[in-house]
Amino acid sequence: MSQNKPDTSKDVPTTGHVWDGIEEYDNPMPRWWLYCFYLCIIWAFVYAIFYPAWPLVSSATAGLTGWSSRMDVAADIAAVDEANGPINARLEAADLGAIAADPDLGPYAVSAGAAVFKTFCAQCHGSGAAGAKGYPNLLDDDWLWGGSVEDIHATVSYGIRNEDNDDARFSSMPAFGRDELLDKTQIDAVANYVMSLSGTPTNAEVVGEGAVVYTENCASCHGDDGAGDVSLGAPNLADAIWLYGGDYPTLVHTITNARYGVMPAWSDRLSEAEIRAVTAYVHQLGGGE
Amino acid sequence: MSNYIKLIALGLVTFFAMLGTNFARDLAYQVHAFIVMAVAGGLFLYTLRQTDEPQKAEPKHEYFDSVVRAGVIATMFWGIVGFLVGTFIAFQLAFPALNFDWAEGLANFGRLRPLHTSAVIFAFGGNALIATSFYVVQRTSAARLWGGNLGWFVFWGYQLFIVLAATGYLLGGTQSKEYAEPEWYVDLWLTVVWVAYLATYLGTIVKRREPHIYVANWFYLGFIVTVAMLHLVNNLTIPVSIWGSKSVIVWSGVQDAMVQWWYGHNAVGFFLTAGFLGMMYYFVPKQAGRPVYSYKLSIIHFWALIFLYIWAGPHHLHYTALPDWASTLGMVFSIVLWMPSWGGMINGLMTLQGAWDKLRTDPVLRMMVLALGFYAMSTFEGPMMSIRAVNALSHYTDWTIGHVHSGALGWNGMITFGAMYYLVPVLWKRERLYSLSLVSWHFWLATIGIVLYAASMWVTGIMEGLMWREVDANGFLVNSFADTVAAKFPMYVVRGLGGVMFLLGALIMVFNLWMTVRKAPAKDAQLSVAVPAE
Repeated sequence: MSQNKPDTSKDVPTTGHVWDGIEEYDNPMPRWWLYCFYLCIIWAFVYAIFYPAWPLVSSATAGLTGWSSRMDVAADIAAVDEANGPINARLEAADLGAIAADPDLGPYAVSAGAAVFKTFCAQCHGSGAAGAKGYPNLLDDDWLWGGSVEDIHATVSYGIRNEDNDDARFSSMPAFGRDELLDKTQIDAVANYVMSLSGTPTNAEVVGEGAVVYTENCASCHGDDGAGDVSLGAPNLADAIWLYGGDYPTLVHTITNARYGVMPAWSDRLSEAEIRAVTAYVHQLGGGE
Repeated sequence: MSNYIKLIALGLVTFFAMLGTNFARDLAYQVHAFIVMAVAGGLFLYTLRQTDEPQKAEPKHEYFDSVVRAGVIATMFWGIVGFLVGTFIAFQLAFPALNFDWAEGLANFGRLRPLHTSAVIFAFGGNALIATSFYVVQRTSAARLWGGNLGWFVFWGYQLFIVLAATGYLLGGTQSKEYAEPEWYVDLWLTVVWVAYLATYLGTIVKRREPHIYVANWFYLGFIVTVAMLHLVNNLTIPVSIWGSKSVIVWSGVQDAMVQWWYGHNAVGFFLTAGFLGMMYYFVPKQAGRPVYSYKLSIIHFWALIFLYIWAGPHHLHYTALPDWASTLGMVFSIVLWMPSWGGMINGLMTLQGAWDKLRTDPVLRMMVLALGFYAMSTFEGPMMSIRAVNALSHYTDWTIGHVHSGALGWNGMITFGAMYYLVPVLWKRERLYSLSLVSWHFWLATIGIVLYAASMWVTGIMEGLMWREVDANGFLVNSFADTVAAKFPMYVVRGLGGVMFLLGALIMVFNLWMTVRKAPAKDAQLSVAVPAE
């Protein structure tokens, strides 16, 4: 710019118009600007010849390159499918229990499973699989429906308590309070008893009474010792690991209204190879049985 | 006589608003009906008291500046509101706990975000455009604003639109269309106000006493006419009930998306670019005291900009259900648009030829030059991001947010601040601003704030885009969405701090302008007399 030059602008004529003291010089358009503009226009026409651009009556010109965004994506997907096709076939054919030990399949399944997990499972179970209230932690060795490879595979495939898959795992805890199976003092007592299994009850005096209520109402699923039953998805109540919370108000809420955690069936959306991969991934997170 | 017609109309509006308040099917509609009832009822009483009283004759030979003064105040008021909400939601993203449980459904991020965008674009930007256009069209036409009190109707009508839009967002009355969220009855009201605005503006140009129409007025007029067209087409909805806020758009599927982004992109093109170029074309030569650099350039870049911008919308829909040919055309037009956009920057900057030394002493001019710098940068960045290969990385990331804000804070914000610093001493007849050093403080706070904002969003946007597409050797994705969110945290804090600085600068400005009106020495020149320049 010309900040250090003397003011030569007086040499340029103005258009002669004045508005509120504002004048206009009659300078030509800067050449570099004009040529860049022309270049952009020429480039636009050239590009529009090579790529789909001109709308016709019921379609559009395809362009000399024949490029399309759908084919672009399809080609990418096909390349990955082709590269991973053989190993996916092996994964689907392998014995579930033998995948982890296989020098090819094991690492492959874990890396593929991690991607599946981060795309489809992380929303509920967390991107690190540590879970959240109501969504089980998959890193520990406490399993609601079993932690063997076969159990995890069935859970992922068919889901839990969903209405989409007939093979979904199913069980239902009665809403003891809402359906008036137990009264408030009984619920208070049994909540204190359950707390005593793994820690300190808020009211130790009613634990004995709670034990009677427990044996009559809860033990059939959760077991006499409160260890739970993975065939029924009945949680272990004695291990101080809680899905919804082990404090007194939460336990009273759980006993009163029951819980009904749902997981989708993934066999409708993922391939068998993807399900096996995510099974292997979850199994090796630390808690697999 | 006209008062009786007004009374009948206001009475009817009040009555129907009462019915609306009673029969409302949802809260947003009920609150709105109540607001309309209160406003119309108040105006009814006011008109009644004025009827058959002696009226003060309209001063024919003075500029209509009272409405511009009101516009300056409204601009600064809504600006502070918009910046404050923006800063708050920036911190909501960094610290989700700020989405308070007690404010759920009113002040959570989802409700406040459209409030922020509309407050800064339409309330701050819109008021700035209306106020400066009313000022500029009168000065460059040497004529009083046409239509008498129609100017006041435009001003207050627009404020009512803002209040209805803002309360609607908080209460959940929204069409869920970006920048076009207000529901059908608010749209209808804006249409009435906008037609009045167009009439006022065109009327003034028609009765001008200058032989030619100044370039700033071409841009303002392009903005007013095109926004009217965009608004009508993108808001063609059918209300579900006249007693409810919900409505259904007539466009469906990808056509709806295309119409929406044809609208959305041209809201940027004609509201935030053409309109503000009109502002630039008056206030930069005025503040610099220099003639506009090139008349030819202004003609060519004006028509090129107007013709090309309207086609560029499809670049918002790359890699979607939109057909590839439309996507190609959107991208191609965006690239060709680059030079016409830069024409305004060249004309603005080169106007300073022979006056560059003033940058050392005049912080207001410095602000305008910085605005042109950010304008140049974001009108280069825009075409670049419209290229499909770049867009594949940048789309849906924070890069877009950074791009928008370098344009909105840097260009629209700074040029508006410059215009306001110019206008306040003139409109309140002061010799000078209260403090130039406070203007410098504002300049640096705002500049550093924008740099923090834009830089942090570039970093986090590109990082986010790269993390989304990262795959391992077997072709599997490496990151979950939550991983990218966690990685963005530090940049979110930096962005929030940038917002705080920008807001702080604006608060200093409000103080400075307030003190200019209260304390700066008065000037008694006859500035408001409407006379042709030569």
